[in-house]
Amino acid sequence: MAGGLARFLVLILAAAICGAASVSQPISDSHRSAALDVFAPVDGSYKSLEEAYEALKTLEILGIDKKSDLSSATCENVVKVLASPSSSTLKDVFYVLSVNGILKCKSGEDVPKDIVSKLQTGVKDAKLLLDFYYSVRGLVLVKEQFSGTDISLGDAEAVFRSIKALSQSDGKWRYSPNNPESSTFAAGLAFETLAGVISLAPSEIDHSLIQTLKTGITKLFDSIQKYDDGTFYFDESEGPISTTASVIRGLKSFAASESTGLNLPGDKIVGLAKFFLGVGIPGDAKDFFNQIDALACLEDNRFSVPLILSLPSTVISLTKKEPLKVKVSTVFGSKAPALSVKLAQALSSGSKGSSVINNQELKFDAESATYFLESFPKNFDVGKYTFVFEILLDESTNEKVYITEAQTKVPISATGAITIENAEIAVLDSDVGSVESQKKLDLTKDEAVSLSANHLQKLRLSLQLTTPLGHVFKPHQAFLKLKHESLVEHIFLVKTSGKKSELVLDFLGLVEKLYYLSGKYEIQLTIGDASMENSLLSNIGHIELDLPERPEKAARPPLQPTDPYSRYVPKAEISHIFRVPEKLPAKQLSLVFLGLIVLPFIGFLIGLTRLGVNIKSFPSSVGAATSALLFHGGIGAVLLLYVLFWVKAIGSVHDSKGTVFAGSVSVVRRTQNTVSPCSSIEQAEICLKDIYSSL
Amino acid sequence: MVKSTSKDAQDLFRSLHSAYSATPTNLKIIDLYVVFAVFTALIQVAYMALVGSFPFNSFLSGVLSCVGTAVLAVCLRIQVNKENKEFKDLAPERAFADFVLCNLVLHLVIINFLG
Repeated sequence: MAGGLARFLVLILAAAICGAASVSQPISDSHRSAALDVFAPVDGSYKSLEEAYEALKTLEILGIDKKSDLSSATCENVVKVLASPSSSTLKDVFYVLSVNGILKCKSGEDVPKDIVSKLQTGVKDAKLLLDFYYSVRGLVLVKEQFSGTDISLGDAEAVFRSIKALSQSDGKWRYSPNNPESSTFAAGLAFETLAGVISLAPSEIDHSLIQTLKTGITKLFDSIQKYDDGTFYFDESEGPISTTASVIRGLKSFAASESTGLNLPGDKIVGLAKFFLGVGIPGDAKDFFNQIDALACLEDNRFSVPLILSLPSTVISLTKKEPLKVKVSTVFGSKAPALSVKLAQALSSGSKGSSVINNQELKFDAESATYFLESFPKNFDVGKYTFVFEILLDESTNEKVYITEAQTKVPISATGAITIENAEIAVLDSDVGSVESQKKLDLTKDEAVSLSANHLQKLRLSLQLTTPLGHVFKPHQAFLKLKHESLVEHIFLVKTSGKKSELVLDFLGLVEKLYYLSGKYEIQLTIGDASMENSLLSNIGHIELDLPERPEKAARPPLQPTDPYSRYVPKAEISHIFRVPEKLPAKQLSLVFLGLIVLPFIGFLIGLTRLGVNIKSFPSSVGAATSALLFHGGIGAVLLLYVLFWVKAIGSVHDSKGTVFAGSVSVVRRTQNTVSPCSSIEQAEICLKDIYSSL
Repeated sequence: MVKSTSKDAQDLFRSLHSAYSATPTNLKIIDLYVVFAVFTALIQVAYMALVGSFPFNSFLSGVLSCVGTAVLAVCLRIQVNKENKEFKDLAPERAFADFVLCNLVLHLVIINFLG
């Protein structure tokens, strides 16, 4: 249900896009290649007999021979069911017979009697429309395929009446006598069934019954739905494609069995054909089968065969001067009978109602089976047109009745080369309007122009676009793009009015839009249109803009997307600022004062001698001497410790063994310079490196 | 007037000198040591004035070493001086030992602060 609804919505969308004028294309090779994809069997066989029948029938109609791959597995199934039909349902028997009709697994003279009896019992006992359908159609298929006995329905009229009892006054049919639900799809099934009854009847059925059926068909056509472009279809809960296909199948089989003609409105037949062609290439297997089957019924039927007008190309190029080609064919692309095509009108989309071409007959090329219009009148300009074609069938008698649309409307686009003249770019002083600098533009050359302007001036771009016939051309797209060095872009529209296209940029008003970014802007001009064969995108040049400073509250320009790889490039070099080492005094000065410091000590010693200090009395007895030695030794050791600490041989160097002097001499030498604790980082590195390497 | 003042100054110095000569030798040694320490300090201050106070901790440790040792020497002099009634019972060796010990502690701190 949801699938049907979705399909319906897609159709509505497709129709809405197409609009009032559309071109149908007949079934082509693209359909055939798509069919191979859609009907590809899973693991060499189909899921059900119904699917197998649909696939095989579609491939048969399209003329694709794939039977060899599928026949073995499917035929096995068919033969199995035909052998013992009692275990299968009527539906299975019907589809088995249908598949057999295509693959011809079992044929010949011997009629499978159990099948016939099953079907005949089915007809007698049937109450529901589907039961009637399967059993009656099954008997028809048996009659076609097996040429043995003559099968006929016992009481054909009674069967006819009981089926007819399911009909309704509005043309729709019910599925069962108890259920009031009716549908158009059921109507199609009913027509097929009744056609089968008529063909199997041993004697003619009462004409009045058939006449009521015909009125019922006419009533059914009252409920047909249409789109604006002349497409007709039936819609029910099964979906428009299935419903319409069912009705068409029913009508075809009815017309085939009925000796008197069936009067169906011709425009509706063409509309139904257009509906199925408008579906395009369906992706669903059931839709594909319904589309192809219905079109096959329309192609070859007893009431009227629709002819389709199609154009391989709907674009006329005035520069190439190629003729406009038109093809008329059946829905499957087969040859149409003798007819003539006339271009009744060519309505321009701009001027309302007036036609450029009137009643021009198209010439016929027998080789390619196309009609073509060679020359166009002098006043045929570029732009969009709606061509109205009329087809006139030749009076000579045809075997079949052909029907076409009264008028086919086709949207045509005429393209040509647009001349661009007097292209100029100028910088104007705002108030006075006087031109400061003006340059002629040659739009074939890039980067030729270099201008400069400040925020008090204006930039003017003007050019003239004319069609091949000399009329003013208003392009669909005319832009001027200003791109700043920081990749910020601004786009302005070039408006066409009167004789020329012009753009004036007043920088005073645009300062805020340009985010106050001064600098070099690249100028790029784009002119394009569907009718323009020489659309252009040219880099005109540069303009140096001098804009005032950005105030605090002004908007910042948006961030431009950065190169994603810039995350992994080396980062900017950091320049460390080291503390400038303090100025140390000159070495000589320090040495001088070192000497000066020693002087008081010498003075002290001299003073001591002057005072007559007795330094000779070192005790001679052992005890006293030892204690004296220890005393002086102890003090000396402590002082030595202080000295060693001061020269950093021990103490602040944590890993050192205090008694290791080797190597520490070099340490001492190098550390003499570092008088302060706040030494430079490099010296600290050197110091630590040496210490660790020396240990 | 000048002559009288200069004569007075001379007389002052002479009396001072003669009085000083009477002091015992050990006290004179101590005095000499104090003078030596003060002079060393003064020279260090003069050097600092010349080249600037960077690195300041070194200057401080140098000057305070001299000043500290001078102070300790003065304390020693007070304790050793026989005329000082307060420290009559203190043996001069003990005072000297204190002096030495305090000096060692002072210089431990000084050496650490020297940088």
